[in-house]
Amino acid sequence: MRRRIGIDVGGTNTDAVLLEEDVVAAGVKTPTTPDVTTGITRALAALVAQAPAARDAQAAMIGTTHFTNAVVQRRDLGRVAAVRIGLPSGASLPPFVDWPEDLAELVRAEVVMLEGGHEFDGRPLVPFDAKGMREAARRIRAAGIRSVAVAAVFSPLNASGEEEAAAILREECPEVAVTLSHRLGRIGLLERENAALLNACLIELARKTTRAFTLALRASGIAAPLYLTQNDGTVMLAEVAEEYPVYSFASGPTNSMRGAAFLGKRDEALVIDVGGTTTDIGSLRHGFPREANNVVEIGGVRTLFRMPDLLSLGLGGGTRVATAPALTIGPASVGYRLTEQALVFGGDVLTVTDVAVAAGLIDLGDRKRVASLPGKLVAEALARIRAMIEEGVDRMKTDAGDAPLIAVGGGSFLVPARLAGVSEVLNVPHQAVANAVGAAIAQVSGEVDQIFQDLTRDEAIARARRAAEDKAVAAGADRATLDVVEVEDLPLAYLPGNSLRTRVRVVGEIAR
Amino acid sequence: MRPVAVEEIESLAIGAWILGTGGGGSPYLALLNMRQLYRQGVVCRLMDASELADDDLVAVVSNMGAPLVGQERLTDPKTMALAVTMMEEYLGRKFRAVMSLEIGGGNSIQPFMAAAMLDLPVIDGDCMGRAFPEAQMTSFAIHDLKMYPLTLADVRDNAVVVARAASWKWMERISRKACVEVGSIASTCKAPRTGKEIKEYAILGSTTKAIGIGRAVQAARRAHCDPIDAVLEVEAGIRIFSGKIHDIARRTTEGFLRGTATIEGLDAFRGHTFKLAFQNEFAVGWLDGLPRVMTPDLICVLDTVAGDAIGTETLRYGQRVTVIALPAPPILLTPKGIEHVGPRAFGYDLDFRSVFA
Repeated sequence: MRRRIGIDVGGTNTDAVLLEEDVVAAGVKTPTTPDVTTGITRALAALVAQAPAARDAQAAMIGTTHFTNAVVQRRDLGRVAAVRIGLPSGASLPPFVDWPEDLAELVRAEVVMLEGGHEFDGRPLVPFDAKGMREAARRIRAAGIRSVAVAAVFSPLNASGEEEAAAILREECPEVAVTLSHRLGRIGLLERENAALLNACLIELARKTTRAFTLALRASGIAAPLYLTQNDGTVMLAEVAEEYPVYSFASGPTNSMRGAAFLGKRDEALVIDVGGTTTDIGSLRHGFPREANNVVEIGGVRTLFRMPDLLSLGLGGGTRVATAPALTIGPASVGYRLTEQALVFGGDVLTVTDVAVAAGLIDLGDRKRVASLPGKLVAEALARIRAMIEEGVDRMKTDAGDAPLIAVGGGSFLVPARLAGVSEVLNVPHQAVANAVGAAIAQVSGEVDQIFQDLTRDEAIARARRAAEDKAVAAGADRATLDVVEVEDLPLAYLPGNSLRTRVRVVGEIAR
Repeated sequence: MRPVAVEEIESLAIGAWILGTGGGGSPYLALLNMRQLYRQGVVCRLMDASELADDDLVAVVSNMGAPLVGQERLTDPKTMALAVTMMEEYLGRKFRAVMSLEIGGGNSIQPFMAAAMLDLPVIDGDCMGRAFPEAQMTSFAIHDLKMYPLTLADVRDNAVVVARAASWKWMERISRKACVEVGSIASTCKAPRTGKEIKEYAILGSTTKAIGIGRAVQAARRAHCDPIDAVLEVEAGIRIFSGKIHDIARRTTEGFLRGTATIEGLDAFRGHTFKLAFQNEFAVGWLDGLPRVMTPDLICVLDTVAGDAIGTETLRYGQRVTVIALPAPPILLTPKGIEHVGPRAFGYDLDFRSVFA
């Protein structure tokens, strides 16, 4: 039997589930601990107690916000040497140029700018300055710097400059961790370089953390290989993933949407995740969240990471309801203090949860404490909540027809059974641990974003597809199961010939 | 003449991206360059055209090439300045000031980059009042001014002078060829203009206008008001449509990004459909199949919530957008102007009718 363990390490809770084939056999929720691994060990112990078969799982997947938090909170970051290959181009905008100064101060150990790089058609811009690279590598070793990020102009089209730099670094300072930008990003030098720099400053923390995760797994008697989930809803083997911590950014919301798709048995649907403070609404296409198109800032640094396109509303179980001067819902929330401050729990703050209890949507705490709420107030508040949800759902829909809506999260009781523009509201089992379920079902992906010239559209897509498949296999996918999930082609203005920027993403099952 | 604060360049970047009407390239990298230069102590000066003597010479500058290449080969003030000094050497005369070719998009900030390096003032104006895809779509071309010489500089030690061209079209063909050869990105100094020509034929005040639009957006965001309302108010614009991008089709023909975007209405526009055609910039918009707005009226697509401009290259399925129209500079609305930049210049067999008429 195919068994998988999914773990989600959130800010408040660490959830774990056991999936047997397509059935959620067990699910647990435990508090997250400051050291993260203790929380995982406890969650796994609880899971094994509930379902001893968890020990026989063939794979374990962890989704974590640990690395995003390290950047946002400016802690546990390593110092990095930035190597930019592309002079004489871009000299006025060196690495770290658009970083917040406090973060740059922490991370920037050395900046090296060298001649090299390529044109959009793959021709060299100028010859690569290998001698300069060797001198820089010696300086990096002498300065005791342990992590290097290398970014070359148009490296997604021709990576030879970055590869040559890496080879020299391996010779001169073999103990240094090297992040190459073309492995991380798309076209857009600054954003790709930023991703490489963030990755380089997290790499030591990532190695330490993933090793601790593996130990926690082994200590729980689980021998399965460990995978880390990425922001696109797929996984990488831990030993690969520890070299690419930036790929885990925002994997939490992605896992929740993927989990919803699985639990709701829908590939094309809207998902609403109602938490304690906010509600996230997203859209599933082919079982994956639709991606945001915008530049994404992580801790103030501009990147082009793949992130789910989410609409966040200030509505959750802990959202405050004000009655004077007029009825207002939120946006303030009592958050994790719901169990102390809400009326039904003996507190004195009227929350959305109290309204739901009074209306009989859910049975929580002491129902008698809300018996005196006027019926008109309850009805009006529920109507307001419905309007907020309907408006949000409508904004996230991509076509005019009615779509199914999958409700997950601890506050999903707030979602009315019938909504305008929604064909059906799906309330699914295990919705409170949808994140961990999303981690457990993750697949492996590969993506390519390149400019092709003088090829037909079909030829360009075929070539991009082959490259994407190779990447997926390298990340741990079974080649026979690979499917194309996204194809995008953009003809390029002003470029000669028939230039086509082509992006292809494939996903497949984990190789056994 | 007055000093320009770095905050005004920040506002310029926002306003110019809106005036780009979908093209012109994002001003972000040019803005980063200006932040660097101001950090080093540079302060640019903005000059009113009335301060020019009739026989002064003004350098009209722009970055030429594919916006996507610009995302890798990052724009550099030195290259921009090189195109200007090359022109001075060729002419054997010094420039009094620099001016932008097009106020829409990244080229709004290019003259500031050159000015910072050369210690010259920037003229408050341009010759498009927005962004356009072709060289003959300028107020200077509409007035039949001379289109040569032109200098083109590459970040390596490559430089080209186009000494003469038989027409604006020829100038476009020859310079485009050189630009492609050096990697589809180059800094250019267009035909030099006299103070008299600038005063009579440039679109004056457009730099101040772009700064004003950007400032209005920033103020609205700070006050948690609708930034789109703020733009419409300062520019006497019209809200044309609001909705969600439903379909997008793009193709490259003759070196341009052409295509159409279909928007399904939301809120007050529910039940209606809007179709937008673009050639680098937005050219024509149809409401429920009928022409509603067309070039040279400025057609701007903004993010409905944040108010940021959205370029034709970054339009994507599912985006929530608002289409607005802003008035075009009067010169573009003359019969000769319509010939150069009206709907027929973009291949649409439509008689121009302004939404502001």
